[in-house]
Amino acid sequence: MSALTAAAVLGGIAAVSGISLTLAARALPRDEESLTEQIDALLPQTQCAQCGYPGCRPYAEAIANNKVGINRCPPGGSATIEALARLLNRPVIPLEAGMETPPDALAVIDESRCIGCARCLPACPVDAIIGAHQLMHTVVSDLCTGCELCIEPCPVDCIEMVPTGGNA
Amino acid sequence: MKLARTATPFLKPATGVGAMMSEVCLALIPAAILYFLFFGFGILFNTAVCVLACAAFEALALMLRKQPVTVVLSDYSVCLTGVLIAFALPTYLPIYVTLTACAAAVLLGKHVYGGIGYNPFNPAMVGYVVALVSFPVAMSAWLPPGLGDLDYTMPTISERLAYIFTGNWPAPLTAEAITRATPLDMVRTGLRASQTFGEIGNSPMFGTFGGYGWEWVGNGILAGGAWLLYRGIIRWHIPVAVLVGMLAPATLDTLASSGTTPGPAFHLFSGATLLGAFFIATDPVSAATSPRGRLIFGFGIGFTAWAIRTWGGYPDGIAFAVLLWNAAVPLLDKYTAPRIMGHER
Amino acid sequence: MSSAPTANLFRLPGGLRLPGHKRVSATGELGGVPLPKTLTVSLRQHAGTAAQPIVAPGNRVLHGQRIANAEGGFSAHLHAPSSGVVRAIEQRPVPGRASLSVPCIIIDTDGDDQRIDDSNAIPNPFGLGSRELLDAIGAAGIVGLGGAAFPTLAKLNQASEAGIDTLILNGVECEPFISCDDALMRNRAGEILYGARILMHALGLRQCFVGIESDKPEAWKAFNEAAAVDNNDRLMLVQIPTVYPSGGEDQLVYLLTGREVPSGGFPSDIGALVHNVGTAASVATLALSGMPLTSRIVTVTGDGVAKPGNFEVRFGTPISDLIAAAGGYTERARHLIMGGPMTGIPIEDDAMPVVQKCNCVLVTSRDITENASTEPERPCIRCGECARICPVRLQPQQMHRAFTIGDRDDLPKLGLRDCIECGCCDLVCPSHIPLTQTFRDAKAHQQLQNYERERASRARERYETRQQRDQHRETTEAERLADLKQKASRDAISEILARKKQKEPEQ
Repeated sequence: MSALTAAAVLGGIAAVSGISLTLAARALPRDEESLTEQIDALLPQTQCAQCGYPGCRPYAEAIANNKVGINRCPPGGSATIEALARLLNRPVIPLEAGMETPPDALAVIDESRCIGCARCLPACPVDAIIGAHQLMHTVVSDLCTGCELCIEPCPVDCIEMVPTGGNA
Repeated sequence: MKLARTATPFLKPATGVGAMMSEVCLALIPAAILYFLFFGFGILFNTAVCVLACAAFEALALMLRKQPVTVVLSDYSVCLTGVLIAFALPTYLPIYVTLTACAAAVLLGKHVYGGIGYNPFNPAMVGYVVALVSFPVAMSAWLPPGLGDLDYTMPTISERLAYIFTGNWPAPLTAEAITRATPLDMVRTGLRASQTFGEIGNSPMFGTFGGYGWEWVGNGILAGGAWLLYRGIIRWHIPVAVLVGMLAPATLDTLASSGTTPGPAFHLFSGATLLGAFFIATDPVSAATSPRGRLIFGFGIGFTAWAIRTWGGYPDGIAFAVLLWNAAVPLLDKYTAPRIMGHER
Repeated sequence: MSSAPTANLFRLPGGLRLPGHKRVSATGELGGVPLPKTLTVSLRQHAGTAAQPIVAPGNRVLHGQRIANAEGGFSAHLHAPSSGVVRAIEQRPVPGRASLSVPCIIIDTDGDDQRIDDSNAIPNPFGLGSRELLDAIGAAGIVGLGGAAFPTLAKLNQASEAGIDTLILNGVECEPFISCDDALMRNRAGEILYGARILMHALGLRQCFVGIESDKPEAWKAFNEAAAVDNNDRLMLVQIPTVYPSGGEDQLVYLLTGREVPSGGFPSDIGALVHNVGTAASVATLALSGMPLTSRIVTVTGDGVAKPGNFEVRFGTPISDLIAAAGGYTERARHLIMGGPMTGIPIEDDAMPVVQKCNCVLVTSRDITENASTEPERPCIRCGECARICPVRLQPQQMHRAFTIGDRDDLPKLGLRDCIECGCCDLVCPSHIPLTQTFRDAKAHQQLQNYERERASRARERYETRQQRDQHRETTEAERLADLKQKASRDAISEILARKKQKEPEQ
């Protein structure tokens, strides 16, 4: 009899706490803004869009809203996945199949071949390319994130990725 | 000419973990000799069994954990654990109790946390407490000292061996007839029965300061502790704080109750006070590391042990006090970190 | 002239009494090294920017002639250590933690050692103003000869801006085996005090401590004699107890003044300026002969060389020449260390040149610690001995744990950057953990991480600005179109026409 009483009391307490916690979690608004910021702070800010979102911040928003996995950031690699997993209390998973962490690199324009078409300028997500129509362009290496987005628009293939020696 | 490349500092330490641990073991030799003289071969037998059993359990754990067995065993920390268990256990004890204590100490107290350096609790005390709560009768049955004019003759060596290996005293001996309460036990039950400490202390079980025989073992331990302090293997903070933590309330209590309660000298030389202060609480792995943290840690152990002796359910409280304060170490370490030079407090 | 008794010193936390091994090299005269055929002068002598060469291959240079200019505020000029012809300016390996090649000026000496004239000498330094003296010291390319080759001018400028009250000359030289400062003090105590007076005059200081370690009785005697001649009551000779690392800059300031250099700061933040005795001697040399800094005293010692001693060495001399001057290697030679056994930098090739921060070349066999424990490395047992002897009151055991369990963000809180890498903790660790190297690695890791974080936050900022700009452009474009549309409507046109008509009669 006393065993039953004990079980009933404990079970009751468990049930009441469980229900109230669940209700509280539903009723209280989720702190999405700051979560997005926390996630964004862990992303490498390459702005390379390889995750399928136009930049790091949009990807962070998508993670915060649970729309996408934490394993779609190739430049961040396993270190970023681990950091995100710790923040979000999710399991560490490998990088999305087909994605690969590239070695750290910077874009460099071969200035002798540049024709001054200015097509790479709008492609750069961090405005790291200086130049104007009919004038030679150059990449400000201090600002370049190595996202590779300027390679494709160049009509004469004069932009190259030069490894910096890290992450190789 | 090409030369080898090594990182400085190029000067190397003169001491090692193995050297330190084995020296702590050796520092207990005087105490062991006195223990043997008063209580018979039990301490030597227990030490041998505990050291061998602990080493065997450690070897087993290391093999399961795929660690280099001989390299790790050569740090002698497991020997020290064995020796400390032997000093903590009753002198004569069924061997399965001894082995349980060793297994609990090495496996539960040490290797589940990742071995030496990672155990939050003092392994020897984990082993002792597991044995104490699992075999309360055997763990509180002590043979009184065999020297002097006690109203008592000790069982023969073969009778004692029979008890160790079978767990029963050979007929016609009975446990009630042979074993006695320890002085701490007698004080405890005596005080509960409204006797004064003066009356209790008249028993031949008592010597000058504490329990007859035990007080001499205590002196041996004190000598070993002094040696460790002199050699810089332990630092003064913890032993001093443990003794202050225990003796200060005991002194105040004695003054307040005008001699009806045991005084500081009795507390000092009874039970595990000295062993705890110099050899157990000073285990570096499970103790606080900053000087202030060590003072708090030691004082807490001394005070808690005194409180357990005075009000608690067990005659001695050193083991429980050590384990409780082991658990507080991360907190102590965090909040007693010294002020770094050039930093504001 | 007075000498403060040792009892007035403040007590340094931690520290170790180490066997000195100084007698090995500290006796005997100052030796010389034959003029080498080639000198390799590194353009990157210290942290900060590399100097810019102002000579070209083929140019003839004189001993003491400027060959490279300081670049930026944290750099020093370089001068030719002997006369000869510049052969090349190219990358060469030089001693350093990272064993990198750096740009060097390579000079083929002509054997004449023809010097520049003495027009740069300062016959009456006490008649000059502060700025003129500081500029002269900067022009001579003088750097700290203690161990970091910190440009002296930068230090002096910092001090005069911060406003300081105390000059401290560091003659402590607490690291075992090294005795180059001892040799300098024994031989040139008078010059050092003269240099100190010039520095005091340049900064308008009223107080100067000269800290000399108690294990250098001859240097102490030489200084007392020189001070008696100098008769300057603002100079105080202080004997410092022989405890390593009392000669650390921040440690010495604390010992003498009781003031703590704030974390990440400089002694000038608390009104003190510390110079090595060698720096004061360089200033004196400049004043007396007009010679810029082109050489220094180097201790060559250890059981790996036949005749240990102290040598006056031109910068750029191959270390192998220095070894030859010390009688060559013995069969025990196995390790070559630039600096002392506690903080020195291992060197694997003795063809590398002597650089400005090279105070000692230590050649040793495997074991220089007597009774060294042979136990293997083991997990930390938290004995706390490392914290007990740490001269900055760090807790290496907690830092090591944070590093090994990967909680590296905790390291700055535990004071990682306050670690002076003195090596004491290694020496008392019963678990034989290479703590100092761990902290060096952790510092480098931290630096890289900070750099990456900074880059990332800049990239984020630029990306967000760009997004805003794009959005702004889009909205303004839409507004403009809407506006145009409105203007193009019939009503608007007729309205304009009506307005026009109204205006016409006025004309």
